[in-house]
Amino acid sequence: MTAARTGLGDLEEAPGPGRRRERAADRHGTGVGLPAWMWFPAALGFLLIALPVFGLLWEADWAEMPSLLTSPAALSALRLSLLTAAVSTTLCLLFGGPLAVVLARGRINRFPGLMRAIRSIVLLPLVLPPVVGGLALLFLLGARGLVGQGLNTAFGIFIPFTTIAVILAQTFVAMPFLIVALEGALRTAGERYEATAATLGASPALAFRRVTVPLVLPGLASGLVLAFARCMGEFGATIAFAGSLEGTTRTLPLLVYLQGETDIAGAVALSLLLVVVSLIVIVVGRPRGTDGQR
Amino acid sequence: MNTRSAYRAAGAVVSAAALGLLAACGGGGGDAGGEAGQGDQAQAGGPLTVFAAASLTGTFEELEREFEAANPGTDVTFNFAGSSTLAQQITQGAPADVFASADQSNMDKVTEPELTEGEPTLFATNTLQIAVAPQNPKDVTSLETLTQPDLRTVICAPQVPCGAATERVEQAAGVDIPAVSEEQDVKAVLQKVQTGNADAGLVYKTDVAASGGQVEGVDFPQASEAVNDYPIAVLKSTRNAELAQRWVEFVTGDEGKRVLEAAGFGSP
Repeated sequence: MTAARTGLGDLEEAPGPGRRRERAADRHGTGVGLPAWMWFPAALGFLLIALPVFGLLWEADWAEMPSLLTSPAALSALRLSLLTAAVSTTLCLLFGGPLAVVLARGRINRFPGLMRAIRSIVLLPLVLPPVVGGLALLFLLGARGLVGQGLNTAFGIFIPFTTIAVILAQTFVAMPFLIVALEGALRTAGERYEATAATLGASPALAFRRVTVPLVLPGLASGLVLAFARCMGEFGATIAFAGSLEGTTRTLPLLVYLQGETDIAGAVALSLLLVVVSLIVIVVGRPRGTDGQR
Repeated sequence: MNTRSAYRAAGAVVSAAALGLLAACGGGGGDAGGEAGQGDQAQAGGPLTVFAAASLTGTFEELEREFEAANPGTDVTFNFAGSSTLAQQITQGAPADVFASADQSNMDKVTEPELTEGEPTLFATNTLQIAVAPQNPKDVTSLETLTQPDLRTVICAPQVPCGAATERVEQAAGVDIPAVSEEQDVKAVLQKVQTGNADAGLVYKTDVAASGGQVEGVDFPQASEAVNDYPIAVLKSTRNAELAQRWVEFVTGDEGKRVLEAAGFGSP
């Protein structure tokens, strides 16, 4: 660990010419220290991701595309998906952001293992099949659920089958994406600058606002993009918890799945729409951090 | 020490299983059925892949046990899914010996490109029933009751067979059910009623029967307007036409009828 870090440091602080040569080599992509064999599995990996999308393009009925995409069902699903994903991403930021900061920087001295336990639970939606998450939400907030029963009898609130259920399902599955990205950025940034700010008399709140936030902005942005993309694609938790009704709970992925039952051309067109929206989110929203040029 | 003996035991199990597989694969004219002393059955043995509508899961699994007992050396495996999914898989070249569909239109998708051996046979019918919580707390008595605004009803989306049937009974009754959700398949509808999140759901009689008392079924007269026919056929892609035919005869025969009727299916 220490040795490796020293080695890297040596490279970084190498005298002028050597350093410049290394940068130039990087720019021309000659792949310094890259074993040649790695190109082969890398190419296969790329094809595995890219070819299915190509398959969709191949299957698409381009002449019918405009009418397929402007059907009332498609427009309503697109509107619902964009709206719910935007609200869910905001909720991820409002609650997942502070949670990531607490996980990265918080100290609970009396229970050192507690943080690790909390982190494991927070990351659960990443590994859990979304449909399991949906069922879990249903058993918490459904008619006979722990919380749902109380809400229903006390306030007459019933969450399943509503747009709120869609948002809760999306927030549940997407929040860990934001937390992982942000917590990683916070750990990489370290606390040196905040310490310096404190010696200059900044309060924790001021140091957080003026030092921490600007430092982790790229990580936060990439976390938000990931969370939004995950919300747009959410299927399993939504169908299990919120059901499927046009205009209320039937988001784009749910409509794609349903359309596939009877109308393959329609399903393909909607799938491509989802691909395009996701690409826009990734390309426009991609912070420089994910390009590897910090 | 313990781990090592555990490994050894696991190894023994694996090799036994491998031997079993080898023996099964050796089939054909082989010695698998030798002990039974019935030459023709040994010949007909082997693997059989049946693509069947999800609503047939319980009945076909029961029939499988009886069929395998009666035909030593056979191993029936199922692919249970929505009929449209199965029809799509078959037309895309999925290897299957028999297709049992929950409706005629999905069977047509397979017969039109002439992927079946001969004409399909109808072997069962299924009709809709209103599923409600046990003891029917909301007092649902007819389709008309489902239009009450304080009642949460879940139905199938019109794109899937149970949803198409729902549309037909709605038309026959002259009602428009304000459903809170239009699900992808009938099991999802049933689950919403079972968990108490929906007060009522339109499902098949067989689903109510299979729920083991978790939901109660309410009959309504318009159900006869949407009778689902279940056709079954041997597929051209079969590698064991004789065994496939025997399965079809078993399902359409007396034994099949008995099991299907017990599960709530009607006879065609």
